[in-house]
Amino acid sequence: MKLKHSIERIMNMVFFVCGMVSIAAVALITIYMIWAGLPAIVKIGPIDFLFGTVWKSTAAEPQFGILPFILTSVWGMFGALLIGVPVGLFTAIFLAKLAPAKLGNVVRPAVELLAGIPSVVYGLIGMIVLVPAVMDFFKLKSGSNLFSAILVLSIMVLPNIISVSETALRAVPEEYEEASLGLGATWIETVFKVSVPAAKSGIVAGIVLGAGRAVGEAMAVMMVAGNVANMPGLFKSVRFLTTAVASEMSYAADGSLQKQALFSIGLVLFVFIMLINWALNRFLKRGEKQ
Amino acid sequence: MKMKRFIAMTVACVMAAGLVACGGGASSSAATGSSTGAATGSSAAAAGAELSGGVATGGSTSVEKVIGALSEAFMEENTGVDVTYDPTGSGAGVTGAADGTLDIGLSSRALKEEETAQGLVGTTFALDGIAIVVNPENTVSDLSLEQIAQLATGQITNWSEVGGPDAPVVLIGREAGSGTRDGFESIVGVEDQCVYEQELTSTGAVLAGVAANPNAFGYVSLASVDDSVKMVTVDGVTASEETVKDGSYKIQRPFVFVTKEGEALSAQAQAFFDFALSENASELIANAGAVPLV
Repeated sequence: MKLKHSIERIMNMVFFVCGMVSIAAVALITIYMIWAGLPAIVKIGPIDFLFGTVWKSTAAEPQFGILPFILTSVWGMFGALLIGVPVGLFTAIFLAKLAPAKLGNVVRPAVELLAGIPSVVYGLIGMIVLVPAVMDFFKLKSGSNLFSAILVLSIMVLPNIISVSETALRAVPEEYEEASLGLGATWIETVFKVSVPAAKSGIVAGIVLGAGRAVGEAMAVMMVAGNVANMPGLFKSVRFLTTAVASEMSYAADGSLQKQALFSIGLVLFVFIMLINWALNRFLKRGEKQ
Repeated sequence: MKMKRFIAMTVACVMAAGLVACGGGASSSAATGSSTGAATGSSAAAAGAELSGGVATGGSTSVEKVIGALSEAFMEENTGVDVTYDPTGSGAGVTGAADGTLDIGLSSRALKEEETAQGLVGTTFALDGIAIVVNPENTVSDLSLEQIAQLATGQITNWSEVGGPDAPVVLIGREAGSGTRDGFESIVGVEDQCVYEQELTSTGAVLAGVAANPNAFGYVSLASVDDSVKMVTVDGVTASEETVKDGSYKIQRPFVFVTKEGEALSAQAQAFFDFALSENASELIANAGAVPLV
């Protein structure tokens, strides 16, 4: 009996330690980001840093304004959601409410597969197929621009939106739908007027999750967006917050203001992701209360 | 409840993926040069006593291939020596040599006056030509240095102004901090004035970008030019080993070892230094894409 008791306690400790690992990681990352990111913001000045429109990190008189990156990330996120949300939501409705079982069993693994494709593959295909196509179609001088990045991101956010929304739609109690049908509504009317509103908080959570992915993605957009620190325009070469860090980090000298500023960009990105997560939690909590 | 757990896990995954992606650009590759191996270098270092210890080099990212080939051959001869290379940029290479963190600093530009004033010595061990490449569809075949500068800064926006087709000019270059970018901009005299359409993080990406866009032109290290793009002559001179060595091809720069004046290198660092400057190394340097001096 005593042995069993001590095994129980040891296992308890093991689980506790495992749980602490992720908390410690989050805490360490938070502390490190603030510690590494703040000095440059203070040195450059928060206003000049956040609202400066020129980024010339290696010029003789360097300028560190990251407004172009911030706006690009924001536009990129909204653009991706503009395309990704309708497509994703309708796919989720299709899978949860409309698809015949056989067809659903084909579409669902395909969506899951989409989630598993590494982002560098998205970038590669975007670079080789999408960028030249965008250039030809819109008669542009170069196809590496915000528009291409938005197209790639909108595909990448689909799995998040679809799988979370589908789960939420499936969780809607059947009685709601039966009541609606009993009152004479058609099935499509029922889905859009009863099921979707009932699953609202879950769907919003999926969208927010997709937004997080769009903001956090680096590799794929780096390969299709052109990476020039322009103020964003749909057909202009742009640089995202993530790619600003990734593209210059390897060459930035240790201790230089450039490197510190890259950490500051990381901090801004971190704050963005935290805000998105906070929003996500709020929607989930609201969903539970209902 | 189940759904919440699922979402929380997915969030964690997405965040982790984001962090990994952010770190991706910073990974520094170990120096692995072209495997020219056994061709040369058998007699150079073998004469001395058994060498051991480390040789810390670092700096310019452009010299990576050359240093990789040299250190590989050198370490094959001197199994006790470990030559390391840290690709941090020419500036960091000079600083590293000055403060003693590096045995030999690597720079892909000549030392500046204020640097030699600090007691640093630069020894050129190879030359590098920077080729100007355009899409094969582009009919332009020769550009003057001045035209290149005007194309890069956006003063010339259409290829017809330099004898090419009626098409917009698209400059594809490297990211800030890259040795090739620094070399191109400083030689052509367009520092911080270039109007880029794309800033890519590797030579291969620049080549792919130029090959994919008929309007594009870009700059890459001479050694990495391949058939997917067309190299233009500069002031009528074709970039090649000969024209770089005799100085007639303008867009070139030296690869420099940076050491401290009057301070003796460790035996193994000195041996590596001598090996890189010896005739035995010239084939290795050439195979790695740079132009040897001897």
